Amino acid sequence: MEIAVDWYLALSAILFVIGVLGVLFRRNAIVILMSVELMLNAVNLSLVAVSQSLGDLSGQILVFFVMAVAAAEAAVGLAIVIAIFRNKVTVDVSDFHLFKY
Amino acid sequence: MLLSRNPVTSALWLILNLFCVAGLYLTLSARFIAVIQVLVYAGAIMVLFVFVIMLLNLAALPRLQHFDWKRGVAFVLAMGVLAQLAYVVAAGLGAGTGPVNLEAAAATGSAREIARELFTVYAMPLEVIGVLLLAATIGAVMLAKRRFV
Repeated sequence: MEIAVDWYLALSAILFVIGVLGVLFRRNAIVILMSVELMLNAVNLSLVAVSQSLGDLSGQILVFFVMAVAAAEAAVGLAIVIAIFRNKVTVDVSDFHLFKY
Repeated sequence: MLLSRNPVTSALWLILNLFCVAGLYLTLSARFIAVIQVLVYAGAIMVLFVFVIMLLNLAALPRLQHFDWKRGVAFVLAMGVLAQLAYVVAAGLGAGTGPVNLEAAAATGSAREIARELFTVYAMPLEVIGVLLLAATIGAVMLAKRRFV
């Protein structure tokens, strides 16, 4: 069963926009970080689809590095959320307004 | 995932999503990336998320009662991004590289081929990724400690 690459790219676009909607509309900081992971997954999907279609391995190696960077970013982001939660006892992003006047 | 108020439910939906994407990688015959996806994303990153959600003992946030204009603008912008991406995908329909040739894809999806390129051509980025992960580990531990030692 051979599926055209366009279907994978369309699904990747839809997943990416769902991630963008999650970042824009959710107030829980942890759910925002999960939506960022979803966006990275969408990009990984399109990279792997085009890499396997062209027979070039560089796309999959880039996916490997993107996954490593995503893991590092998730760890540091969650550490920041824990540090904020220790002071303010909330993860609602509408309560994080220390930079405002 | 976006529609549930409980963050634990969101995390579980995302884990299901990551498993489905790993299945899609298997249909592309990208076996190494599929296994790495399940191990790293669904097995380590999402476990970390669930740990943090349980550790912070979060309750579901109350739903906003009103749709102010900022959320309307955000929705319009997201739909604009979707329209642009849909246009790009539709413009390339049929003119791209065609369906995935599974025999050729099976040759480039194995761990051997990826390891061969990773350790020869991309050896320098591999070491840099190691240093990056070390920096992230130290950073995460320092940020989450109770007192700076």
